Amino acid sequence: MNVPTSILTLIIGIVITLASGWVSQNNGLMPTAAAAEAVEIDRLFTAMIAIATGLFLLVQGALLYSLFAFRRRDGDETDATPVHGNVSLEIVWTAIPAMLVLWLGIYSFDVYQSIDSAGTMGSTHMAHQHGGMETVVAAGEGTPAPSDPVLLATQGNRADGPLAQAIATEVIDPLIVNVDGLQYAWLFTYPDTGIVSGELHLPINRSVTLNITARDVIHAFWVPEFRLKQDAVPGQVNHLNFQPTKEGTYPVICAELCGAYHGAMKTRSIVHSQTDYQAWVDSQLVAHNSSTTAVAQRSDPSPVSVLEQHATAMGLPDHWPDHGHEHSLSTLPPDWLEASSLDPSGS
Amino acid sequence: MTQAQATHLQEVEVTPWREYFSFSTDHKVIGIQYLVASFVFYLIGGVLAELVRTELATPASDFVTRETYNELFTMHATIMIFLWIIPSLTGGFGNFLVPLMIGARDMAFPKLNAIAFWIIPPTSVLLLMSFFVGPASAGWTSYPPLSLITNKAGEAIWILGVILLGTSSIMAGLNFLVTILKMRIPSMGLNDMPLFCWAMLATSALQLIATPVLTGAMVLLGFDLLVGTAFFNPAGGGDPIVYQHMFWFYSHPAVYIMILPAFGLISEILPVHARKPIFGYQAIAYSSIAISFLGLIVWAHHMFTSGTPDWLRMFFMIATMVIAVPTGIKVFSWVATVWGGKLNLCSAMLFGMAFVSMFVVGGLSGVMVASVPFDIHVHDTYFVVAHLHYVLFGGSVFGIYAGLYHWFPKMTGRMLNEFWGKVHFALTFVGFNMCFLPMHVLGLQGMNRRIAEYDPKFATLNLVCTIGSYILAVSTLPFLVNAVWSWLRGPQASGNPWKALTLEWTVPSPPPVENFEVDPVLLIGPYDYGRHCLLPQPVARSAPVTNVEAKTADLSAPRQSEENINQ
Ligand SMILES: [Cu+2]
Ligand SMILES: [Cu+2]
Repeated sequence: MNVPTSILTLIIGIVITLASGWVSQNNGLMPTAAAAEAVEIDRLFTAMIAIATGLFLLVQGALLYSLFAFRRRDGDETDATPVHGNVSLEIVWTAIPAMLVLWLGIYSFDVYQSIDSAGTMGSTHMAHQHGGMETVVAAGEGTPAPSDPVLLATQGNRADGPLAQAIATEVIDPLIVNVDGLQYAWLFTYPDTGIVSGELHLPINRSVTLNITARDVIHAFWVPEFRLKQDAVPGQVNHLNFQPTKEGTYPVICAELCGAYHGAMKTRSIVHSQTDYQAWVDSQLVAHNSSTTAVAQRSDPSPVSVLEQHATAMGLPDHWPDHGHEHSLSTLPPDWLEASSLDPSGS
Repeated sequence: MTQAQATHLQEVEVTPWREYFSFSTDHKVIGIQYLVASFVFYLIGGVLAELVRTELATPASDFVTRETYNELFTMHATIMIFLWIIPSLTGGFGNFLVPLMIGARDMAFPKLNAIAFWIIPPTSVLLLMSFFVGPASAGWTSYPPLSLITNKAGEAIWILGVILLGTSSIMAGLNFLVTILKMRIPSMGLNDMPLFCWAMLATSALQLIATPVLTGAMVLLGFDLLVGTAFFNPAGGGDPIVYQHMFWFYSHPAVYIMILPAFGLISEILPVHARKPIFGYQAIAYSSIAISFLGLIVWAHHMFTSGTPDWLRMFFMIATMVIAVPTGIKVFSWVATVWGGKLNLCSAMLFGMAFVSMFVVGGLSGVMVASVPFDIHVHDTYFVVAHLHYVLFGGSVFGIYAGLYHWFPKMTGRMLNEFWGKVHFALTFVGFNMCFLPMHVLGLQGMNRRIAEYDPKFATLNLVCTIGSYILAVSTLPFLVNAVWSWLRGPQASGNPWKALTLEWTVPSPPPVENFEVDPVLLIGPYDYGRHCLLPQPVARSAPVTNVEAKTADLSAPRQSEENINQ
């Protein structure tokens, strides 16, 4: 009896493992991944779904089996054989979840570091004032970015892999967009050009930093295809850094309840090819030429503060699993390559 | 026979119905007051939920106005949390069961107990009256600055209501803590307590520690709203994030206030109907305490997108994930309890097993949302709506139903109808999963929560959810009819219809006013099923005996039970 039981256990174990693996690979639950960060998060999601499916099948299977196998027979008024516990079994089902959780914690931490490359996902008291925002609150919880150029340089040298190179390049030139949430619209301001837009236009394969705030109540910036969300809190500037990797049009959704028309607070994010993006910028500049006075008041972050922001990013190559991202410098426009010659690691 | 006790202790006294509308200090009356009152609120909260789902049956905002929609889900959550799950589990089952289970004649502070209950009816009337002035509509989380600028009168009433209900909850928590620690019969050590008492111990500690912080947040929010201070209002230099910290410092533990007692109920119900001892008593008991403690240091996992600093996100992520360990211990122990049993698949047991099954789904999605990078995607989406309903409906409400089927005979002296119980179970199980399972997909795909209108690509799944919610609504009807009819003219219940071993089953159904004529003395543990393979077995002597006597009696099995009945 013992041998068949253990073989049966083995078979069940294999079936559950295979099923979990299959579900994690073929669930199709996530929408398109349109940013480098989304790929990372999906990898984490896949791992979690595999574990969750395994545990789900294990527990539900045991319950269902009990439901049929252990139902009381008619007329049987006796109790079942008493079992009060089993120390080794209890140690196993304490230790295995503990190890799983530990592993998941470390993996999540790893993924978080890679998506929050600049370490600025926390709120900061930004140097620049947003329009009409007199009371920028020092929340006292901002992440002070290290500004030591030596550190910056040494860490930059460790950069390897195409994505890391891309990051090293973008430290000089991430696209900065100031995001304003208001009932019930999004406003995107491009400090480098002064463009103000109701839609978020982004060039592909270029790092973006969003400085997110709100004018009235709390909103939340969310693009499901980027897998990224950050609250827009009045009186505070929150950040998001990411890199769109797939051309297309994606919804920008307000994810924090902000009033009656919360569900209607939507716009689009369009990821362009480099040329299309430049064309869009040019067309906007022509259109906005006469009316950029208000926008000009928004002070741009100085290159130094941008560097500071990204200082921690330079340490990241260690944490980037090499997943063969497609972005390489060759896909970037010529002017951007020029900018890369200012790589701090070479200074 | 144990049942013989029923006939022995006078005639079964049925509490006159007027008693239930009075300022009674009898813990059993108060327990039933809580249960009945909270069930009424469950129905009201359910109606609000059905209105919400009806609006969401189609992508456009075409059933109620957008303002009304926000009011509906705000009041739905408020009522379900503060007027249904918390009062029914702690106030209802806690009051009815704890003194009986530990051999006490009442709670430690009977008057305080009655006051705690009687705060609820006027407060609930107040909250419901706010529908006439436009109720709170900023979500049950009531984040400023939004909560400071919409439906001010309703918001003020809401704040007052939450403060009052919180006060009631603190009173109840204090009462349970003292009762459990101080009023057990001498022969019952902490480790002889039924697991429901352990769960209530852990719950009441949370009520005492966390609720005052919520009260504090509400007072400050009230000042911002009514006096124009700027504690949380950024327009005056306040910090809305501080409110979120204070709110979640209570409201995450509140999840455990809503689920720990249900854990306790399940730990009672499964062994009785599986005819098997609970598997790993101490692990289940201590994991309640562990969950209670850990529950206090995870609150900011609700704020992973609030611009929270990185180190804080990591700390709260790890702390939250660690809770999976004691929770997993419970789940595995329950499965092991059922495994190899002789399952009596009555309605109570079906709800009990379904509790484990549904709670596992909510627990697994809970670990997923604890992971910061993933939560950044699904925070404030229908994935979270699915997760929380698997915990609070699949968990807490299934647990409440299991408890109602299990203890209804004890509470009323009447048996519920099993056939309609199973119909109720089947409809609830199907409706629940149909309503909430698709929400996981909706959230992952990009549907955010608290919206009256949504992208047409989500229409099909939403329609499925709405139909599921209608099935869920219909499922309450068989229960209601069954409960009312059975209470009035169901078959008489004996003192111990399930042949259970905890102390509440040693007294008649319903129990007499003073519970026990003399202090019972424990003879065996609460889960010693299968010990003598002979039923029923004596649980306790109702006459005081010396320790030596108890020990010897313990060993001389099987015994005739008359000896401990007819003193
Ligand atoms: Cu919004
Ligand atoms: Cu929580």
